[in-house]
Amino acid sequence: MSSSSAFNDEKGGSSSVGEPEYGHDPASGGIFSSDYKRHDDLKEMLDSNKDSLKLEAMKRIVAMVARGKNASDLFPAVVKNVACKNIEVKKLVYVYLVRYAEEQQDLALLSISTFQRGLKDPNQLIRASALRVLSSIRVTIIVPIMMLAIKEAASDMSPYVRKTAAHAIPKLYSLDPEQKDQLIEVIEKLLADKTTLVAGSVVMAFEEVCPERIELIHKNYRKLCNLLIDVEEWGQVVIINMLTRYARTQFLNPNINESLLEEGGEKEFYASDDDEDDEEKKAEAAALAKRKPYVMDPDHRLLLRNTKPLLQSRNAAVVMAVAQLYFHLAPKAEVGVIAKALVRLLRSHSEVQYVVLQNVATMTIKRRGMFEPHLKSFYIRSTDPTQIKILKLEVLTNLASETNISTILREFQTYIKSMDKDFVAATIEAIGRCATNIGEVRDTCLNGLVQLLSNRDELVVAESVVVIKKLLQMQPEQHSEIIKHMAKLIDNIQVPMARASILWLIGEYCEHVPKIAPDVLRKMAKTFTNEEDIVKLQILNLAAKLYLTNSKQTKLLTQYVLNLAKYDQNYDIRDRARFIRQLIVPTDKSGALSKYAKKLFLALKPAPVLESPFKDRDHFQLGSLSHLLNTKAGGYQELPEWPDSAPDPSVRNVEVPEWSKCTSRKERKEKKVEKPFYSDSEGESGPTESADSESDSGSRSESDSEQTGSGSESEESVEESQSEEEEDEEEEKMKKKKKVDKSQPKKSESAESDQSSGEEQKKERKGVKQRRSGSESESEEESESESSESESGSEEDSESDTDTRKKKKTPASKPTAKDTKKESKKETKEISLLDLDDFAPTSSPQVTPVNNFLSSSLASDLEGLSLTDTVLAPTTIAPSASVRMYELLHRITGEGLGVEYCFNRQAFSPDPHMVAVQIHFTNNTSCETKNLHIEEPKLQSGMRIKEFPEIDMLPAGESVSVVMGIDFCDSTQAANFQLCTHTRKFFVSIQPPVGELMTPIFLTENEFKKEQGQLMGMNEISDKLTLGEKCQNDHSIIERVNATANLGRVPCGSDKDCSLPVPPPSSPPVSRFAGKTVSSGSLVLVTVARKEGGGAQLTVNCEKMVIGTMLMKDILHALMQ
Amino acid sequence: MIHSLFLVNATGDIFLEKHWKSAVSRSVCDYFFEAQERATEPENVPPVIPTPHHYLISVFRHRIFFVAVIQSEVPPLFVIEFLHRVVDTFQDYFGVCTEAAIKDNVVVVYELLEEMLDNGFPLATESNILKELIKPPTILRTVVNTITGSTNVGEQLPTGQLSVVPWRRTGVKYTNNEAYFDVVEEIDAIIDKSGSTVTAEIQGVIDACVKLTGMPDLTLSFMNPRLLDDVSFHPCVRFKRWEAERILSFIPPDGNFRLLSYHVSSQNLVAIPVYVKHNITFREGSSQGRFDLTLGPKQTMGKVVESVLVSSRLPRVVLNANLSPSQGTYTFDPVTKLLTWDVGKINPQKLPSLKGSMSLQAGASKPDENPTINIQFKIPQMAVSGLKVNRLDMYGEKYKPFKGIKYMTMAGKFQVRT
Repeated sequence: MSSSSAFNDEKGGSSSVGEPEYGHDPASGGIFSSDYKRHDDLKEMLDSNKDSLKLEAMKRIVAMVARGKNASDLFPAVVKNVACKNIEVKKLVYVYLVRYAEEQQDLALLSISTFQRGLKDPNQLIRASALRVLSSIRVTIIVPIMMLAIKEAASDMSPYVRKTAAHAIPKLYSLDPEQKDQLIEVIEKLLADKTTLVAGSVVMAFEEVCPERIELIHKNYRKLCNLLIDVEEWGQVVIINMLTRYARTQFLNPNINESLLEEGGEKEFYASDDDEDDEEKKAEAAALAKRKPYVMDPDHRLLLRNTKPLLQSRNAAVVMAVAQLYFHLAPKAEVGVIAKALVRLLRSHSEVQYVVLQNVATMTIKRRGMFEPHLKSFYIRSTDPTQIKILKLEVLTNLASETNISTILREFQTYIKSMDKDFVAATIEAIGRCATNIGEVRDTCLNGLVQLLSNRDELVVAESVVVIKKLLQMQPEQHSEIIKHMAKLIDNIQVPMARASILWLIGEYCEHVPKIAPDVLRKMAKTFTNEEDIVKLQILNLAAKLYLTNSKQTKLLTQYVLNLAKYDQNYDIRDRARFIRQLIVPTDKSGALSKYAKKLFLALKPAPVLESPFKDRDHFQLGSLSHLLNTKAGGYQELPEWPDSAPDPSVRNVEVPEWSKCTSRKERKEKKVEKPFYSDSEGESGPTESADSESDSGSRSESDSEQTGSGSESEESVEESQSEEEEDEEEEKMKKKKKVDKSQPKKSESAESDQSSGEEQKKERKGVKQRRSGSESESEEESESESSESESGSEEDSESDTDTRKKKKTPASKPTAKDTKKESKKETKEISLLDLDDFAPTSSPQVTPVNNFLSSSLASDLEGLSLTDTVLAPTTIAPSASVRMYELLHRITGEGLGVEYCFNRQAFSPDPHMVAVQIHFTNNTSCETKNLHIEEPKLQSGMRIKEFPEIDMLPAGESVSVVMGIDFCDSTQAANFQLCTHTRKFFVSIQPPVGELMTPIFLTENEFKKEQGQLMGMNEISDKLTLGEKCQNDHSIIERVNATANLGRVPCGSDKDCSLPVPPPSSPPVSRFAGKTVSSGSLVLVTVARKEGGGAQLTVNCEKMVIGTMLMKDILHALMQ
Repeated sequence: MIHSLFLVNATGDIFLEKHWKSAVSRSVCDYFFEAQERATEPENVPPVIPTPHHYLISVFRHRIFFVAVIQSEVPPLFVIEFLHRVVDTFQDYFGVCTEAAIKDNVVVVYELLEEMLDNGFPLATESNILKELIKPPTILRTVVNTITGSTNVGEQLPTGQLSVVPWRRTGVKYTNNEAYFDVVEEIDAIIDKSGSTVTAEIQGVIDACVKLTGMPDLTLSFMNPRLLDDVSFHPCVRFKRWEAERILSFIPPDGNFRLLSYHVSSQNLVAIPVYVKHNITFREGSSQGRFDLTLGPKQTMGKVVESVLVSSRLPRVVLNANLSPSQGTYTFDPVTKLLTWDVGKINPQKLPSLKGSMSLQAGASKPDENPTINIQFKIPQMAVSGLKVNRLDMYGEKYKPFKGIKYMTMAGKFQVRT
């Protein structure tokens, strides 16, 4: 390519003009060497009618631009080609135009008409690119044209053009800030856009133009949360950062109660004998708890849930954005999930590491526990760049605690030997910080540091001296030996800071080394004139202190030093000398101060606190530039503090056809039901540990009522769904009330919870007493919401006589301005609520049975548990494995409509003989799908279908779940039917695995044996098998059987081998499962008896032999894997 | 967001600049050069440098600094990640990302940068979209272009940006439909003096090269997905499916891409495939030091350890090393003090060793530390974590693709302290 060769030739010659750079080009002919004619060859080429010449010229011009050479004199020649047919020429002209338009405003106007024409092009991509270039031309005169173009493009059919419009907004804003109001209108319009393509760009524009107009987000908040995962990665970062700020203004601090309670609890733990104090603390905690019983806003939860998957993004910026969101917004117990992802980023490029480590360092100060399991990931390699090493060191120091300090110190010992001296100095400082923070190792560290004093490297010694000085200040009495040792060092150490430190130490503790101190002063007096300033100041200090304690020996020396200092060049030193002389040397003129000289100089100095430089950096939003630099960068938006009381949550309600809101809610609920299975909401505890923790909580809740006994698995979901129900109820209530009396002030949530807080207070107090560990039992939260629920229920009944109570409540409730707002929205809300009611029958069977099911199965488990606590505890995990999704309609064959189904194993309430099938629709297209329903079921005789209610509309990108019932007549024949949308029909079929055709029943062991005895002979099928590698224990057997078939576990109580505390290997236990088929109610009994050496005997008893055989096969398969 | 971009080479020349908003004078880079001078190594230049009016965020790759100028608050990782994406794109286009390659293709570079950012905000960063917009230069195309004057800018308009799967271009056609997956695992380890493991981790990636016609929908399942502790996906992977079933389900981009990177849970003990016996001593007062290094295989599951390369930075006082390797070749650079020993394969019968003496600076005292030894190796046909792909299925297209899976274990940051 000739352009490139020209480029290379020109290297380094940017200043010279008229160089023969085009000499070899045939078109130039080598005559254009003089200044005023330069680029004439290029002009000629641009004027020619051959595209190839034009292209060649443009390439060379762009190469010049790239090198930063001025090519502005070519503007007229280039701009003529803006309408060139050749696409590459055109693009290069655009590049040139955007670069130089600002300098050649008048000429640039010539090109505008081309773009205006482009804006009307039928092709969306041409429209978009025209807008892009037009808006990039920074010429003030065309602002009105740009404004018009943006407005038009904002309502374009094509989302791509709308995206470009969003991009154009900040460009226009930077060109002419006066357009702000009009631009905000456009932003508002684009924010309402429902496509993922636009979302990122418009939020970007929002952030640049009007980040303070947070109220624009309200209506779009839920949509943004839901779209987030499908937005392109750069947009995700911007949206997440913006939503973090938004959430800080709109929701309550989720940790507010926790932190208070914890504090109280801790103090109580340490000072348990001080009863009075205790009482106070409790009262305090209770008072605070009373003020704010915390229930997380569902929208807050929505944000946390929808951002979590993005921790898996390949883009480090996205991961960091989610991490900071969790750090700033999540309840303490949930923040832990980000640790793994951040540690993963440490594998990335060193620049990424640098930024991540800075943020991790800040996080470790607040939440040490989060990164403690990853301690080893911060170990330093000799190949790390120094800046990374120092940051890792910072993190390691922050992570140091009593338990891991020995490992960390051992690591530090290796680091001290490093060749990188800056790093060694930082290590010594880190050791000093560990020593101050952790009292147990102070002596060890000190000894280690003293050994370093004999190091050959001066820097190491100097740094050690400085650190030792700080450490000694904490307990000087015991360490006169070290001080003596350091006094000897003063002859060799040249680093000023270290010399100063030693002198200060000797002066401060001259009483501990009465013989050496004057001698040191003598030596110093000799070299005084050659010392650095800080050393001189310390010599003066030393002299003054010695004069006060030991004036006999040092009087003359001191005066000599003071005289030297009097004529020093540095005025600080002169001042200091004058000051000291006046204070310590008694003269007739000396004032009252000299009496207190001793007190002034020999006062007890507080020990220094060695603090991390990252302390308190978290008032900057993490991941931001300002945080990294620890100063406010231009355009940084402060992270607001949490509000004291939550602003009105209803502002986020959107007036859309109500079913979609409804479905999204429902979806949320479903997700929540699933969530605890996959997410380790326990914080630190990894997935493998979850079994233990569950069993723990299971045994804890043993004594509780049935309801709370539903186990830790469902705890969270129960709580959340309840709070949501509560909200629904509330809304209903509100509506009712308004109907009765519009003027009556509305009862607010907070007031309501105030009511219930009396009850909670007691509970929480109990909680404080009982709890020590960090794992705040969620059950408490649950009970909180429960109680408030019941409260609200009762209030509804006693509506009429609550007037007096209300008067009490109103002061605590929200400002009245809100009420009027509510009023105005009443219209829409009523519609929504009606619809909600309509929907209730379908949604209720989904939510409530979960609890019933889990609690019943758990109850059965618990019964066994009471006898065999160790062996059976993990069984609670069992039902979790069973929710498996099957594909009904692939999104490609479904033309964008993806349908999945699962057997949710819940009773289908309209007809108990039907199997409940939960169907999950996802609309992946860009337009909405209407009238989803079932048609023409082609069924085997006897089979029946209960269709789900028709779904009117499914907007683009949304998904919805419904439940339908199918009576399979206890056969595994597929149910075929058509799934219809307003445009298409799809033939689909649902074939149930045999295990899903049954429902668990509860039998005691004796009953089981009795029933089994009646199902012998033909009805019993039995086989031997070898258990799979991963299936050697009871827990996994139970899990697998439960995953394969919807059966209930029979508690084994009377078997002697089971009741022993330690499971004896000689006779491994027998697991039994019972159920009945859904359609005909025939009993299904399964027995797994483990044998030694990994073998087992599997027995299935069932009236229906076909079912029995098939089930046998399935379970065998599951167990042998 | 990103205001301008400057490319600076190792000698401190700005050889390319691009502005997305109004032009920023290149004198802003003086602050960068200052920082560069202060840092002893190029890696130690701080990635973020504040100046009175701007902030400079830079990445250093392929001996080139990519310096982005920004004017106001922006997440630094956002810029860093983007710059790395730019470098990756260059590498993808030109094979290498050197100063020479960038200068030779300056027009393509400019066109790419123009498409990747709009007003400083990332626009199209997916390589599939970019390749649709701007064809990567090949020798043939360069020749044809110079003769015919045709362009390497795509004639059709890019439709990829509009689709629901922005990472895949439409209308892909191949005669041989093939999909290859490389499971590559890296062992990061620190081994201490006595040979015990201080820390060891396995990080893995699955790189794919998929050349399939049309819009295939692939699913990839593992025999033992539980091994994977922490994963990050290419955006094409359906997250929900993974959460529910631990199956990777995706519509692949066309060509090469990284499907997944993962971390193997730390509970599993890591099998360290090599051991090092070392004896490096310096005696006080003498100008000689002894160097003795032996490598051996350990826990390799019968596989051969290949491409072994040992490197170590010796202390500054070492003037020269006079060593004899039992196999392979070694070099010692007296300036950087870097010793490298290209070992090749490890033969378990005859263990490779490197023995000899080092001459030290006369009069200098004994260095107080021993060098750390960095080891690189490869073990083909094995994934050290034991991860196994169960099956790969394709939906949505009729033909039968050719599928291949390759396993490989490599040393990541594998360090032995002595």
